[in-house]
Amino acid sequence: MRDDRLADIIAAHHNREGALLPILNDVQAAFGCVDEDTVRALAAALNLSRAEVHGVVSFYHDYKAKADPRPVLKLCRAEACQARGVEALVAEAERAAGERVHIETVYCLGLCAIGPAAMTNGQVHARLDGDRLATLIEAL
Amino acid sequence: MTIRISDDAAALACGADAVAEAFAKAGRTAERVSSWGMHWLEPLVEVDGIGYGPVMPDRVGDILAGRADDLRIGAVAEHPFIKSQQRLTFARFGKTRPLSLDDYAATGGWKGLERARALGADDTIAEVLASGLRGRGGAGFPAGIKWRTVADAPGPRKFIVCNADEGDSGTFADRMVMEGDPFMLIEGLAIAGLAVGAGKAYVYIRSEYPHAIAKMEAAAALASPIIAPFEVEIRTGAGAYVCGEETSLLNSLEGKRGEVRAKPPLPAHEGLFGCPTVINNVLTLAAVPFVLAEGAKAYADYGMGRSRGTMPVQLAGNIRHGGLYEIAFGITLGALVNEIGGGTASGRPVRAVQVGGPLGAYVPVSQFDLPFDYEAFAAADGLIGHGGIVVFDDSVDMARQARFAMQFCAVESCGKCTPCRIGAVRGVETIDRLMAGGRTRGAVENLPQIHNAPRRKRAAEDEVALLRDLCETMKFGSLCALGGFTPYPVLSALNHFPEDFVVESAAEGNAA
Repeated sequence: MRDDRLADIIAAHHNREGALLPILNDVQAAFGCVDEDTVRALAAALNLSRAEVHGVVSFYHDYKAKADPRPVLKLCRAEACQARGVEALVAEAERAAGERVHIETVYCLGLCAIGPAAMTNGQVHARLDGDRLATLIEAL
Repeated sequence: MTIRISDDAAALACGADAVAEAFAKAGRTAERVSSWGMHWLEPLVEVDGIGYGPVMPDRVGDILAGRADDLRIGAVAEHPFIKSQQRLTFARFGKTRPLSLDDYAATGGWKGLERARALGADDTIAEVLASGLRGRGGAGFPAGIKWRTVADAPGPRKFIVCNADEGDSGTFADRMVMEGDPFMLIEGLAIAGLAVGAGKAYVYIRSEYPHAIAKMEAAAALASPIIAPFEVEIRTGAGAYVCGEETSLLNSLEGKRGEVRAKPPLPAHEGLFGCPTVINNVLTLAAVPFVLAEGAKAYADYGMGRSRGTMPVQLAGNIRHGGLYEIAFGITLGALVNEIGGGTASGRPVRAVQVGGPLGAYVPVSQFDLPFDYEAFAAADGLIGHGGIVVFDDSVDMARQARFAMQFCAVESCGKCTPCRIGAVRGVETIDRLMAGGRTRGAVENLPQIHNAPRRKRAAEDEVALLRDLCETMKFGSLCALGGFTPYPVLSALNHFPEDFVVESAAEGNAA
């Protein structure tokens, strides 16, 4: 079934120029990772070497080698959120997350006047303080 | 009664959907429009032109009953933050529904494209050239000259690429354009395509902006009959900051590692898939419909010196009145931060502002008379970049910010050139040593064979000299702005805030 889905994704983008990134984005979204087997399959399908595909996969922060089943909270820790005090929230957030939730650092969600900001499941949250962040993490 | 609530990500992040739902429960439908850009008031509710903000869902009943005077800001369009702006690019913001073709056409949309079609390619380029419009991504290169170069370049296929990889912290104008007025950007793309003879445009949007991606995809589909045969395709990035660099973005679009290309060849000659390519920032392309619709002179009448037109300034960080402020070039930094921004949100004194994103200089309060202008900032060893201003209060540790700049560069470096790839890592180490008060010589350095090595401990000032040397190497030796501009925040922190780089305990103990 997984192979079918991969074949569908490849077929959906195959005729586009520069198809690799759109394919990888869909693969990451569907499987939560771009693993070694997928790299082989993509290299064969797109007539690229495995090294080329691996080079692309390992370059971009969004592609993970292994799927992480935990829910993710993306916390912005760029300058604007730093100026609004995000660093003071990090330790507490990590305590609230424990091993259950993965807190991923991102640099900028474009909510720079209303930080600290975070994203969960595509939803954005702003004006976070310790309590609100802990509530968000617990709700995941 | 017309109720308007923004559906911009900034409003959503503050809870606008819950407020709209509360209105629905009360039997009223709220029209979802673009954002006025007054982010400290989000979620902003506009009832027949009168604004209330920030509104929580439990206050909706009060607003409808006329009991929300504490939230009332008066007529939104007359608010001093809006009234004092010169909105050319952001003229529709707060007023129209982002994905309504009717709203867009009713507010002067497509007029620029119509005029460009009537003028023809050559005169369209001449118009953009005469407007003095410069690249809003940061480099400030004249858009008209870039377009002319691509128009003159031979080739069966040409492309327009819109750089919407807005990764700089403190910037959100591109996001607002894509979420709030996507047709304006599409019109700008279509005009560029017509001017240079390109049949297709790619919009490369960073993956951290899911709302912008969704709106642009919907808008591109809706607008396709209007701009046909010109095509617009939306592409999504994958979390690499460096892909905001134009040649790296082109590689990424081609499905490769987002590594920077050496120039020449310029993208205008050999860009996407080896074809002549115009690559412009969102704000540059979004300014084009106004230039064409109202004429080059109407745009060039704004601004100072060689910086013509308006700049959508983004007030961010620790600022009381943060948001989008579009104004002609020439306004001083102090006026933006103190008069318009209202100082810090924390109420403490402003200590530094970083202008132009993670690669921009930290400007001290003593330089607040600096006018917002490409040349003035360059002369003061800074850059206006994409127009983001991040305010810090007096609790900021500038040594830590300098270290962060190097660390960010190390994380995001594409790895192609040595000054950036290795220099950034060495920069972090050097700042760490500096803050630890220098370092003692290692075992190898103390060997008798290394007879010309100094025997004394490396002091903090030696580390500063090393750091300055490293910054010079990065600035002049890097292939692109990531490595080349990282020295700006580092050196500006070092030059303007040297007291933050002094370690108390390091003063004594320079033993042999």
